[in-house]
Amino acid sequence: MTRYSGCALAALFLLTPAVALTADPPPERMRDLVRMVRQDCGSCHGLTLKGGLGPPLLPETLLEKPAESLRYTVLLGRPGTPMPPWNAFMTEAEADWIVRQLIQGFPEETR
Amino acid sequence: MKPLFSILAALLLSACSGAVLRGTGDLGVVIERASGSVAVVDSSARRILGRVEGLGDLSHASAVYSRDGRYAYVFGRDGGLTKVDILERRIARRIIQAGNSIGGAISQDGRLVAAQNYQPGGIKVFDAETLELLADIPATFGDGQQRAKVVGLADVPGNKFAYALFEAGEIWVADLSTPREPKVTKFRNIGNQPYDGLVTPDGRYYIAGLFGEDGLALVDLWKPEQGARKILANYGKGVEKLPVFKMPHLRGWAVAGGRAYLPAIGRHEVLVVDTATWQEVGRIPVKGQPVFVMARPDGRQVWVNFAFPDYSHVQVIDTLEQKVVQTLSPGKAVLHMEFTPRGENVWISARDDNRVAVYDTASFVKLAELPAQAPSGIFFTSRAARMGF
Repeated sequence: MTRYSGCALAALFLLTPAVALTADPPPERMRDLVRMVRQDCGSCHGLTLKGGLGPPLLPETLLEKPAESLRYTVLLGRPGTPMPPWNAFMTEAEADWIVRQLIQGFPEETR
Repeated sequence: MKPLFSILAALLLSACSGAVLRGTGDLGVVIERASGSVAVVDSSARRILGRVEGLGDLSHASAVYSRDGRYAYVFGRDGGLTKVDILERRIARRIIQAGNSIGGAISQDGRLVAAQNYQPGGIKVFDAETLELLADIPATFGDGQQRAKVVGLADVPGNKFAYALFEAGEIWVADLSTPREPKVTKFRNIGNQPYDGLVTPDGRYYIAGLFGEDGLALVDLWKPEQGARKILANYGKGVEKLPVFKMPHLRGWAVAGGRAYLPAIGRHEVLVVDTATWQEVGRIPVKGQPVFVMARPDGRQVWVNFAFPDYSHVQVIDTLEQKVVQTLSPGKAVLHMEFTPRGENVWISARDDNRVAVYDTASFVKLAELPAQAPSGIFFTSRAARMGF
């Protein structure tokens, strides 16, 4: 879990535009991301995001946490914990969208 | 008059009995995680017999069976414990026993059902008949105020339950031979972040997989005074780990022909250990991060499924050749596999394709596909007679 060195982290920060990306992904991609969060993140955080081996991801539990740090947790994981990096499967803008949804109350899957 | 009477009596009898008498040896349940239901299935007819609904949040649900094979105890994520009558296909009893639960076990004598909980961390033990709470054992550690998440609960001989404490790095063995007065033996400093556990089919060894370090912790339950020891230590040999997108699962099915087949953490490998010496005797490269590594009941094959993003495949290891001999694509997001009692077929759940696929394990031919709502765990009643299931 130490694949991401400080250098890589710094590089990522440099690449990140100063202004937060707020564009929503296209609807189809949105559905995929909702499914990914509910099902795949859900295997540790629970389908209802109330927590499991991983902590709950409900709005009230994320209140204190800056969106920026949540974004990097999603993208780069948290070394020393089972949280893996998801940056191979989503862009930074998509991670930002996921974080915004989590803070607001994550949408249900549409089947 | 007499013949008419007997015809009437026969009619009356058949009207009253309703269902045909049958055993449960070839029945099972499939967890439908999205809809909070279980499908009751017949593995001989390869059919869904019906559904039982109202089981709550079944993400990461699992089931154990009463020893008569009639009742499935289903443990839901939301702390629900539901006793399902699979013959009558109805809920016999249901309680909410915790805030966040991960699974459970049934005791050697079949009288006790234990639930392992994340929140509040600990185990609770219930009367299998009534689901009355008999014992509550909090998983406290450190200063005694913190509670750890319980993982890897397994029934072991002597009406005991063995399990591991994720945050604490401990293995506990709770003796429930007097159910209301449990006696707990604690093994401390067993390793970093145990994530699941198994008991060998003979009930002798309890093994906890470690997430936080390379290796597994082993307790010889016949010689508990020797304490826990590390096996397969440093199997990663200092090589950078790959990310793990889903926690692997351990159960006694990993043992076949004097060897245990175990998922490596952060490596696309199955580790092979000699169960006499607990030394590594090989490692088999596979397609992704293994989640379930399950031996067919005869031990000739080991089937492996994988974590995201490789989870649409299943690979089969030939245990004589010690290599992968078959790769199948049963559907999107394969979450679980279950062998029929003697292993001629395997049932595989493909969550995102909303189906269960049934394969012949000799020819690898797909025999059937059954529709199910986001199926996850598949549990056949043959588990009722197996230790550690």
